[in-house]
Amino acid sequence: MKKKIKENIYFDHSATTPVDQRVLKEMMPYFSEKYGNYSSLHGFGREAYFAVEKAREKIASTLDCSKDEVIFTSGSTESNNLALKGVIDSLKGKSAHIITTQIEHDAILVPCKQLEKKGVEVTYLPVGKNGVVDPKSVVNAIKDNTVLISIMYVNNELGSINPIQDIVRMAKKKNKDIIFHTDATQAVNFLSCSVKDLGVDMMSISGHKIYGPKGVGLLFIRKGIPITPLQAGGHQERSIRSGTLNVPGIVGLGKAIELAVKEMDKNNKKISKLRDYFIKGVLKNVPDIILNTDVDNSVSSHANFCFVGAEGESILLYLDAEGIAVSTGSACASGSLEPSHVLLAIGIEKEIAHSSIRFTFGKHNNKEEIDYALSVLPSAIRKLRTMNPLYNK
Amino acid sequence: MIYSDKVIQHFKNPHNQGSIENADTVGEVGNPSCGDVMKIYLKIEDRIIKDVKFETLGCAAAIAVSSALTDMVKGKSIDEALEITRQQIIEDLGGLPEVKVHCSMLGIEALHEAIKKYEKKD
Repeated sequence: MKKKIKENIYFDHSATTPVDQRVLKEMMPYFSEKYGNYSSLHGFGREAYFAVEKAREKIASTLDCSKDEVIFTSGSTESNNLALKGVIDSLKGKSAHIITTQIEHDAILVPCKQLEKKGVEVTYLPVGKNGVVDPKSVVNAIKDNTVLISIMYVNNELGSINPIQDIVRMAKKKNKDIIFHTDATQAVNFLSCSVKDLGVDMMSISGHKIYGPKGVGLLFIRKGIPITPLQAGGHQERSIRSGTLNVPGIVGLGKAIELAVKEMDKNNKKISKLRDYFIKGVLKNVPDIILNTDVDNSVSSHANFCFVGAEGESILLYLDAEGIAVSTGSACASGSLEPSHVLLAIGIEKEIAHSSIRFTFGKHNNKEEIDYALSVLPSAIRKLRTMNPLYNK
Repeated sequence: MIYSDKVIQHFKNPHNQGSIENADTVGEVGNPSCGDVMKIYLKIEDRIIKDVKFETLGCAAAIAVSSALTDMVKGKSIDEALEITRQQIIEDLGGLPEVKVHCSMLGIEALHEAIKKYEKKD
């Protein structure tokens, strides 16, 4: 049965998520009614101030930290830049070594490359085939001048989960002064992000990945961690992050985090059921594919495949023409010449990596949508393979 | 990155896609590790391209370029076909995104490769 059930089916929740209606409702008054500046002393300002501080309190209690350890930013890219560059800048040119992994988001990798140009040493640790870093390899990479470790909690392409708690424990055992940062952007929906349990010193979170608004995020910075601000200005956020606070965004972020944690079990259960059903269907209906996501070591949303012999961007656009939104790790889609660095890091060959498609499911998806995708996917792949001069038909 | 409607039309319903069993010449260029391979099949009579087919592994731009180029060369003489420029293909497609402009080369190179082989044989 191949009946279009609706125009738009969204299987790209790792890219961004729709704003939850309950989040939107809390944000709405802060655009045109309660528009005061958080920093103003008058009544309008106080209204904004209390809204932001209420959100901060909510977030702090969810993350198990104190209120003044939450610094609001524009999102995870800024949070990651602030964490890495802020800590390194505070060392005032002292010899420094950073440990990170080969599968980090560009928002970690590119700042690391910039720091390397300034003389900072960086180790990019490899990961296993499952997309998980071995805690022992982290410990072994620690040197006398290692000041910072930054390892993502959940990988955005594969969904793989790094054992942050174990890595922190083992790394701090070797040198308790090392500062540990984790990019938890993809984790908040699915895993506990208690900084107490994880033991991390810094953590990045973004609003729009958790059914909150775009353009807002936060960096948790444990008290006592030295950090030099990246931007100077009006002294907001204890001068660590100057700039007028995004009041509606922060209110939305607070609500989104609250909902994510409150409804985590329910959502995980629903999404993993859909994901597992989808994977089973794809494996049954499409030959010659590789499942890149290690289901036992990943969050519930991800199913990343290589469809050998079909190019990723073309698959994406075929599915798009059928009303299904996904993403790809093919170079062709990104405009760069290299396919996904994450897939290469887990040992996928370049020519295979170009055929990757990432499906990421969310709380609003349903079985009907999955069935529809399963009905159009095999013919899209077949069509592209027929067109490929090298594919053994 | 936004594709023109013309690119998407060619991509969804490519013209001249397939192979020619007794082709007079075949040109293949590209590299699967870069994600792009194009193979062009030509049937030539009296130096006129009577039939043309292609097979392409690649993105929407690579497929659209293959489709548009094969439309353009059909019925042309070898010499006329060699004069087709990448700019003509891009214009015919209603433009290509900046990062995809290199895909237009794939088609030209495959065509030239096929004709070069044909001239050698002749």
